[in-house]
Amino acid sequence: MKISEQWLREWVNPKVDINQLAEQLTMAGLEVEGVEDTTIAFSGVIAARVESLTPHPDADALALCQVDTGKGEIIDVVCGAPNVHVGMLVALAPAGATLSGGKSIKAGKIRGVKSEGMLCSAAELGLGDDAGGLIELPDNINPGQLLSELLTSNDNVIDVSLTPNRGDCLSILGIAREIAVINGIELSIPEYESVTISHKDQRQVRLEAADACPHYAGRVIKGLDVGKPSPLWLKERLARSGIRSINVVVDITNYVMLELGQPMHAFDNDLLQGDIHIRYAKEGETLTLLDTLQCKLAKDALVIADDKTPQAMAGIMGGLDSAVTANSRDVFLESAWFAPISIIGEARRYGLHTDSSHRFERGVDPTLQVRAIERASSLILSICGGAAGPITEASARKHLPKKVKVKLQGKQIPRLLGIDIKSNQVSRILSALGMQVTKNKSGWEVIPPPWRFDIGIEADLIEELARINGYDAIPGAAPLIPLHVHGQQHDYQLLQRIRELLVNRGYQEAITYSFVDKSIQAQIAPDEEALALVNPIASDLSVMRTSLLPGLIQALQFNIKRQQGRVRLFELGLAYHQRNKAVQQFPVIGGVVYGNILDKQWHTEDMPCDYFDIKGDVEALLALCGHDPATQSFTPLEHPALHPGQSAAIYIDGEIAGFVGCLHPALQVAWDLPRPAYFFELEIRRILLQIHRRYRKISKFPVVRRDLAIVIDEAVPACRVLECIRKQASDHLINLQLFDVYQGEGIDLGKKSLALGLTFQGSSSTLTEAEVEAEKGNILARLGQELGATLRD
Amino acid sequence: MNDINDLVAKAKSAIQAAMDLAGLDQVRIDYLGKKGQLTQLLKQLGKLPPEERPSAGEAINAAKQLLLDTIEQQRVALEKKQLESRLASESIDITLPGRGDLPGGLHPITLTLQKIESLFARLGFEVVEGPEVEDDYHNFEALNIPAHHPARAMHDTFYFSEKLLLRTHTSSVQIRVMKDREPPVRFIAPGRVYRCDSDMTHSPMFHQVEGLMIDRQVTFAQLKGLLKDFLESLFERELQLRFRPSYFPFTEPSAEVDIMGNNGWLEILGCGMVHPQVLENMGIDSNEYTGLAFGLGVERLAMLLYGIDDLRMFFENDLRFLKQFN
Repeated sequence: MKISEQWLREWVNPKVDINQLAEQLTMAGLEVEGVEDTTIAFSGVIAARVESLTPHPDADALALCQVDTGKGEIIDVVCGAPNVHVGMLVALAPAGATLSGGKSIKAGKIRGVKSEGMLCSAAELGLGDDAGGLIELPDNINPGQLLSELLTSNDNVIDVSLTPNRGDCLSILGIAREIAVINGIELSIPEYESVTISHKDQRQVRLEAADACPHYAGRVIKGLDVGKPSPLWLKERLARSGIRSINVVVDITNYVMLELGQPMHAFDNDLLQGDIHIRYAKEGETLTLLDTLQCKLAKDALVIADDKTPQAMAGIMGGLDSAVTANSRDVFLESAWFAPISIIGEARRYGLHTDSSHRFERGVDPTLQVRAIERASSLILSICGGAAGPITEASARKHLPKKVKVKLQGKQIPRLLGIDIKSNQVSRILSALGMQVTKNKSGWEVIPPPWRFDIGIEADLIEELARINGYDAIPGAAPLIPLHVHGQQHDYQLLQRIRELLVNRGYQEAITYSFVDKSIQAQIAPDEEALALVNPIASDLSVMRTSLLPGLIQALQFNIKRQQGRVRLFELGLAYHQRNKAVQQFPVIGGVVYGNILDKQWHTEDMPCDYFDIKGDVEALLALCGHDPATQSFTPLEHPALHPGQSAAIYIDGEIAGFVGCLHPALQVAWDLPRPAYFFELEIRRILLQIHRRYRKISKFPVVRRDLAIVIDEAVPACRVLECIRKQASDHLINLQLFDVYQGEGIDLGKKSLALGLTFQGSSSTLTEAEVEAEKGNILARLGQELGATLRD
Repeated sequence: MNDINDLVAKAKSAIQAAMDLAGLDQVRIDYLGKKGQLTQLLKQLGKLPPEERPSAGEAINAAKQLLLDTIEQQRVALEKKQLESRLASESIDITLPGRGDLPGGLHPITLTLQKIESLFARLGFEVVEGPEVEDDYHNFEALNIPAHHPARAMHDTFYFSEKLLLRTHTSSVQIRVMKDREPPVRFIAPGRVYRCDSDMTHSPMFHQVEGLMIDRQVTFAQLKGLLKDFLESLFERELQLRFRPSYFPFTEPSAEVDIMGNNGWLEILGCGMVHPQVLENMGIDSNEYTGLAFGLGVERLAMLLYGIDDLRMFFENDLRFLKQFN
């Protein structure tokens, strides 16, 4: 909320400067986001009256105005504003004047016609952002008067960011109350008199939804002149609070809202029929709002209706049909109390958020309505004339907020804060905040004031004490805790080590968005319906990823576009699935490898990376987690995003744990990647292993190595050969290595040769030549039987 | 005898003239080999009269020893020369880069999280996790934010359905973790959170670390002490801090903590004493226990720690950015 410092100081004027004032508010929990100096930035602008108008000879949109400068001369000014008319009191910047922004006005010719100045809009004078037409000045100003003398100079706009619990501070009154408490001074509430009641016209008010609207005050004011422009001081204060000037009556209701915190509405009384009904909408009713939005009203929408139709969306926005305009003669003023809950749901349902709904949602003082209507009436009568009728007031007391008693025990203050606050200080602070305080044996009994909706329990009172006493007054203390060793966090530590492993193998860690492009997601998992956001921020961030692939692909593209020829990225994060209507989210680790194996090196030729580079990383990662190669298997994988001949599903102990492979060449083209990209992904809960390492005695007997070269069908995967050997071999086989794969001369077409290194060792004696040969023979025999392998000549 | 002297002089110059070990060996054979010139002299010793033999023999042996010594000296010199020339020929440009790859690096967010986690671990705070796709109850209701609470306006929430959403803060982890734990507890819950807001200073996804400590004598003064201690350890310097009253529906009193930066106060975390109703929602007797809670914005801390000035850099994964933290 933005408010004028000068306005605030009319209500409370502590002897502190603007910076201290801002600091005080911030440190009391009313955060000041900024203070803007509003020193008048124009000079030489005067009031002037438009005496006559003639069309511009060469431009339809321009008019030639003869204006009276009040100094006994009439000057010519060319003007293009749509609202210029004869008799209008305008702001004239004559030659020599300067506007805000430093623009200086010179006499000249506009499309060949002499112009000795410029007529100004509100925006050009710093009175709001209305730049659509000329500002019309009230007629108590004489032509020739300097406008700078009519405006408040040296004011500051204080921008207070209020937390939702402090609806009571959404007004000058509310902020002034806080400042008074902080400084220990009294509020000086400006005096105004109740207006004289000079007619008896009234509208009956019927509370037909008393739970949502238990209090309503209304008044008819007749015979006023809404065509009059608002006084400059009024426009100025509204502008400083960021509220546009509409017409004088609407401006006054907004002014009262800013001053007291009571949102009000004014209806054109001649356009209402019969009584005022505060009721829920009926099936099929519609309402066109002031901002011309047409609403189909839901059955439980709270409306203000006359005998015929809804005229306003209660507490949110008025209707266009009964709006007060410059032609209105009689108005009906509304000042009501709406239950927060009935406004919050409504405003959100229609996507509306207004200054009025903002206040009602947070809670308006339920004792304020008549005071506000009196304040508005007196302003209206003094500015626009007219005659006020009696106030109609309807209330349903049982639906109004109840007074609550909150107990505060003295011992609870140090228990929660860690410091005590003196008893008389407690009483003083709470009373100053408007609470009714009764001291008793163990503490206090407190009734919060009607404007505070955020005080319901003891802790709320203690917060008030801490806040006003100052958080700074509470010294920091070291927590006192009994020491416990809370066990090791194995998984946490292993995850950190996995990250380090990949880093050491040249990967950079990436963090990509958890929501991804729907089309990319569909390409990598066409059969799975990804969890979709109802309100995504952009279409390319609209569904939850089921895999890290989409994010990594985008990160890869991003880097390739920035001339990175070699990319290694990994990410650790959640994948999200919906299975049988239930959401599953679990951590996965994934990576991408692209470009050459190494950055360009002076001693080696560039070698493009391939499947085996990334597979090596996966194997290292699994080894780090303690997985024996014998428990892993890589089997051919059909994956929509991967190359069917160069990708594998990874199984650990027979359970699927992830995949590794080359991006499908069609997608490589589709996603504009100049070279193949390789990906892996592993599910964390499948790879984390609780390993308890045990020492095994090192055999002191010599090792014997036998190399085998076998010939086998090329279709037989290497892993089957290794599996077969492991199955056949005894414990004496301590290491098995595949060290060559060969096809070509000397090997029949359709066959391949595999070279295997077998290392044998006895654990209790030296193996004899015969034992080793027997092992080797058995292994060969089994390879022959099961896989048709033969010994290479 | 003159013969010997001549022979020795000749041999010596031959030894000195030998350019390599093979040449030197040839000289040895020429003079001291079976058919060597000096060996021949020795063989002719028998032809001398007996009285001359001892002195001649002595002279020949002395000459032999002299030649052997000279050969040895020359051998050492030649070997040294040979080694030197080998070393010279083997010398390489040791300034050329080494073979292979440099390591990559962790994301600055991870680095920041690790710092935070390790500092709290020293105080015995456990690291726990919770789901990111969260239900309305854990993210809002249980934290005192019922359906129409205005505080929901502070959280621009991403929804999947009416009751299912992306968590807007890590505070949602509090309730879940406390379901199967009894006080005293101390934990932090780091993780991703989401708000539907995106501009220069807001990212739709960011990271928080929630902290919770519940015990019999936990106070607001301790909250202040703990966080000051933590922040000064994190930044490794003394900080000007301020605790400013604020509002969170799940803490009472609540505060925001600002630190003084180069351009004024910077908001870095929210904290407070756990609201009694939230303690009750966790199944904890609020008459017996109090709790302190805080929520750190990780991106903001990372920006301060590393001097990063653009929030968007964090999730673009530009290698030129990421490699700066290796």
